[in-house]
Amino acid sequence: MGFEGIGASVRRKEDVRFLSGRGNYTDDINRPGQLYAVMRRADRPHATIDAIDTTAASKAPGVVAIFTGADMAKEEIGGLPCGWQIHNKDGSPMAEPPHPVLAVGKVRHVGDPVAVVIAETKQQARDAAELIAIAYTDLPSVSSTTDALAPGAPEVHDGVAGNLCYDWHIGDKAVVDAAFAGAAHVVRLDLVNNRLVPNAMEPRAAIGDYDTSSGDYTLYTTSQNPHVIRLLMGAFVLHIPENKLRVVAPDVGGGFGSKIYHYAEEAIVTWASAKVRRPVKWTADRTESFMSDAHGRDHVSTAEMAVDKEGKFLGLRITTLANMGAYLSTFAPCVPTYLYATLLAGVYTTPVIYCNVKAVFTNTVPVDAYRGAGRPEATFLLERLVDCIAHDTGLDRVEIRRKNFIPADAFPYQTPVALAYDSGDYQTTLRVALKNADWDGFEARRAAAKSRGKLRGIGISTYLEACGIAPSAVVGSLGARAGLYEVANIRVHPTGSVTVFTGTHSHGQGHETTLAQLVCDQLGVPLSQVDVVHGDTAKIPFGMGTYGSRSLAVGGSAMVKAMDKIIAKGKKIAAHLMEAAVEDIEFADNTFKVAGTDKTKSLTDISLAAYVPHNYPIDEIEPGLDETAFYDPKNFTFPGGCHIAEVEIDPETGVTEVINFTAVDDVGRVVNPMIVEGQIQGGVAQGIGQALLESAIYDKQGQLLSGSMMDYTMPRADNLPNFNVSTENTMCTHNPLGSKGCGEDGAIGSPPAIMNAVIDALREYGVRHIDMPATGPKLWSIIQAGQTKMAAE
Amino acid sequence: MPQVTLTVNGKQHTVTVEARTLLVELLREKLGLTGTHVGCDTSQCGACVVHVDGIAAKTCTMLALQADGTSVATIEGLAAADGTLHPMQEMFREHHALQCGFCTPGMVMSAIDLVNSHPEGMTEREIREGLEGNLCRCTGYHNIVKAIAAAQPLMHAK
Ligand code: FES
Ligand code: FES
Repeated sequence: MGFEGIGASVRRKEDVRFLSGRGNYTDDINRPGQLYAVMRRADRPHATIDAIDTTAASKAPGVVAIFTGADMAKEEIGGLPCGWQIHNKDGSPMAEPPHPVLAVGKVRHVGDPVAVVIAETKQQARDAAELIAIAYTDLPSVSSTTDALAPGAPEVHDGVAGNLCYDWHIGDKAVVDAAFAGAAHVVRLDLVNNRLVPNAMEPRAAIGDYDTSSGDYTLYTTSQNPHVIRLLMGAFVLHIPENKLRVVAPDVGGGFGSKIYHYAEEAIVTWASAKVRRPVKWTADRTESFMSDAHGRDHVSTAEMAVDKEGKFLGLRITTLANMGAYLSTFAPCVPTYLYATLLAGVYTTPVIYCNVKAVFTNTVPVDAYRGAGRPEATFLLERLVDCIAHDTGLDRVEIRRKNFIPADAFPYQTPVALAYDSGDYQTTLRVALKNADWDGFEARRAAAKSRGKLRGIGISTYLEACGIAPSAVVGSLGARAGLYEVANIRVHPTGSVTVFTGTHSHGQGHETTLAQLVCDQLGVPLSQVDVVHGDTAKIPFGMGTYGSRSLAVGGSAMVKAMDKIIAKGKKIAAHLMEAAVEDIEFADNTFKVAGTDKTKSLTDISLAAYVPHNYPIDEIEPGLDETAFYDPKNFTFPGGCHIAEVEIDPETGVTEVINFTAVDDVGRVVNPMIVEGQIQGGVAQGIGQALLESAIYDKQGQLLSGSMMDYTMPRADNLPNFNVSTENTMCTHNPLGSKGCGEDGAIGSPPAIMNAVIDALREYGVRHIDMPATGPKLWSIIQAGQTKMAAE
Repeated sequence: MPQVTLTVNGKQHTVTVEARTLLVELLREKLGLTGTHVGCDTSQCGACVVHVDGIAAKTCTMLALQADGTSVATIEGLAAADGTLHPMQEMFREHHALQCGFCTPGMVMSAIDLVNSHPEGMTEREIREGLEGNLCRCTGYHNIVKAIAAAQPLMHAK
C-alpha cells in the first residue's frame, strides 16, 4: 500500500461501481408491487382552481388512485415548512405564506402540482393525468423581480401586501452615508444576477414504501440530506415520528443545492403509499425538473462604493431585490441575507457597509440555494464594482485590489458585516495567479488576437466565501430553525477494519474516498479496510447533510473527534494488556506503544480485545470499539482566492471563447488534491455557464421560456477550456483538520472573472458593464452599436 | 402487444413491449439494466447512450421495436468477465473523469464510439467537439477530455 492518508491523490473507491453501471440511484430502485405516480401540474402561473374533475381519469386503465390538495387537507397534512426565519428592519418576522403540498384553491406558478395520479405503470399514470379536467379562472401574474414591488402589481399571496416577503438590512446606514459625504469618488453600478436552473444530471425521484405490517414508512429520495428530510417531513408535514420513518438517499446524481430542500413529491409518495398500501415511485421528467426544482440567484442590485483619492474603499452601500419565487423553499430566506450581505466585505478592508435586501414573491418556481448560494451574488457584485472603480478613476484594477486587501497579518479579522475571518493570504493567491496566467504578457496576446480579427480580454476576480456551515448558536440567532453540526460514528470492527457512518452525503464529492483517507491518516488503517456509509437514517445516528462546502470541515471534524475517542479508549485497553500506565501509551501508525519501550500492540490487537474481552479491564470500560461524535463548528470557514479568465470574442458573431482559465484557491488543508481540483474545475464550469450561457427566462405571461435543455444552454465540452487550477493554502484555525472547503469556490470566483474579461475585450467600445449571460447575440449587438458610434465620431 | 428480439451484452432476449416503449425503458425496466440512465426528455444529455450494432445511440430517442434484431452493448457489459475494466473505464478512473457518476455510463459509451471511429486519433479540440451529445454537470469536462485522450492509444494498440 502506498501513501493513502491526508494529501494523497488516491483514486476513488466509488468509481468502479459507477463505471460499470452498478450505481444505485433512486430511479434504479424498484420495490415489490410498486406503483407509479405522475403529477398533474399547473400550466399557468396564477389562477384559482374552480373545479377538478377526475371522473374520466379514474376510469383510465391501470389507475389505482388520484389525490388532490383537498384530499391531503382533509387529513391535516401540513404545508412544506421553511427552515429559516428572517426579521424585517422593524423587528417583525418575514411573511411566511402557506406552501401546500398539492395546490389548494390557487396555483401560483407554472409547475405547481395540483393532483397526483397513481397507476400500475408510468405510462398509464401519465395518460390518466392528462384526462383530469381542471377548471381555472386565470388571475394576473407577476414574474419579474423588479415588477413584484411595483404599485398595483398582482399579489401572489392573499395577506402578503405588495409581494414583500421581508425588508431586511445590515449595517449602520447613517455611518455609511457619512463615509460617502466626504469621498473623492462615488462609483455606482446597477446589476442583475441572472436566474439559473441547477440541472443536476439526475432528475429528482422519490419512492414511498409503507410497510403494512409494521406501519413503518421508508422514503427513497434524491436528497443531499436525508435526516433533514426525515425531520421536516415527519414532524411538520406528515406527522410521522422518527422511529417510524426511514429516509434513504442512495447514490445521488449531483445536487448543487437543488436536492437540499424538502419537496412536495417526497411527501406525496410517502403519504400515498400508505393510502394505496403499495410502494409508489415518482421520477421527474427533465421538463418537470425545470418547473419544480428550486432555481438559483435572481437578484437585482444597486451598489455604490465611496473611494478616496488613492483608491482606498471608504464605504459600500447596496440595495438588493431578491426573488423568492411563489413559495418559500427550505433555506430560501437566508440566501440573500446571511449568505450574501455578510459576504460584502469580501477580501477588502472596506470599513463600513450597509445593505438593504427586499425579498419578493413572484409567480415563478421557488428560488433557493444553488452552488455558492448568496456568495456568488456578493462576489459578482463586488468584483464587477471594483472593475468599475478602475474604469471610472483610471486606477489599475490589480493595484486597487492589492491596496484594499485585508493584509495576511490582520487575522483574525472582524468585518463590518458580522463575519470574523480566521485566516487567508490574498496577496499570495493573487501573486501566484497573475504569474500562472502570465498577466504581464497579456498585451502581446491581445495584439496578436487583434491581428487575427479577434477581441481579446483578460479579467480578474479576487474573492472570498464563508462555508463549513455552521455554528449552531450563531445561525440560530440569525433565524435558522435547525442546528448545523455534523455527526460521525466510527466503528472499529473486531479484526481492525473500520466502517464510518457519516451524516454528510456524497453526490459526486467523493466522500467514500476522502473520508476514508482521514481514517488512514489518523488510525493507520489501509484504505481497502475502510468503508464509508452515508445516506440512510436507519444506519447513521443523525446528520445535517452536504451543502455549503461543509462535509470535510464539519463532517470530517466530527470524524476526527470520534477517532480521538477511539484512540483514548484504545489506550486504556492497551495499558491494561501491556501492564503500563495509560499516560505512558502512545498511538501512531496503527500501533499503541508503551513510551520508551519496544512494547507494542496493533489496533487490531486492541479491537479484538475490545470485542473478545477475556483479558480486559471490564470493571472500568465497556467492551466494543465504536464511538460517535457530534461536532459543532466554532466559526464559518473562509476559503478564497484569485481567478483569472482570458477570452476572445469574435466580432462577427459576438461569440466568446474562453481561452485560458486560471484559478488559485485557498481551501485550507487538502485531503485529496485530485478531488479538490475536480471540484474546482466543476465549479468553474458552472460559473462560466452562468456568465456566458445560462439564463432562466420567464415571459410577461409567467411562462418559463427556457424550460428544457433545448432552450436552456447547459455548458458542453466545446464551450469550455482546460482549467489551470492550483491551491495556495492557509489553514483554518478553528477546526482540527485545518480544512476550509472547496465545493463552491469555482462557481463563486469565476463569473466576475469571465465578465471582467469580456468587458475588457470590449473596452474600445466604451463598455462599462454587461449583465450575464454574455451570449453571442447580446455581445454582437453591443459590438455593432459600438462600431456604428465609432464610425460616426 | 408486439415483441422485440434483441441481443444485449451477448445474451438474446425476447420481450413484449408497447409500441411506444423506448429502448431505454426496455433496458432499465424489462431487463433491469439500470446502468443506462435518463437525464432529459429532449435528446440533449446523452446519459442514455449505448451501442446498437457497435454505434453509439441515444436510447431515449429510439423505440424498443427499432432495436429488433440488433445487438446492443450497455455499460454493464463493458468490463471483462473477470472484472478487468475496459481501457476507457480505466482511464476515467485514473483521470478522475467522473464525480456523481450519473452521466458516466453514457459518456463512456459515447467516448468509446468516438475513439473507435477516429483511428487516426483526435486532438483535444476534436474530442471536445465529439462530446457535443453528452452533458456532464459535475466535472467541467476537463478530466473527461484527458481520460479520452489517454484511452486513445490504449484502445488503438489493442
Ligand atoms: S436521456 Fe438525455 S439524451 Fe437520452
Ligand atoms: S459526473 Fe455528475 S454529471 Fe457527470
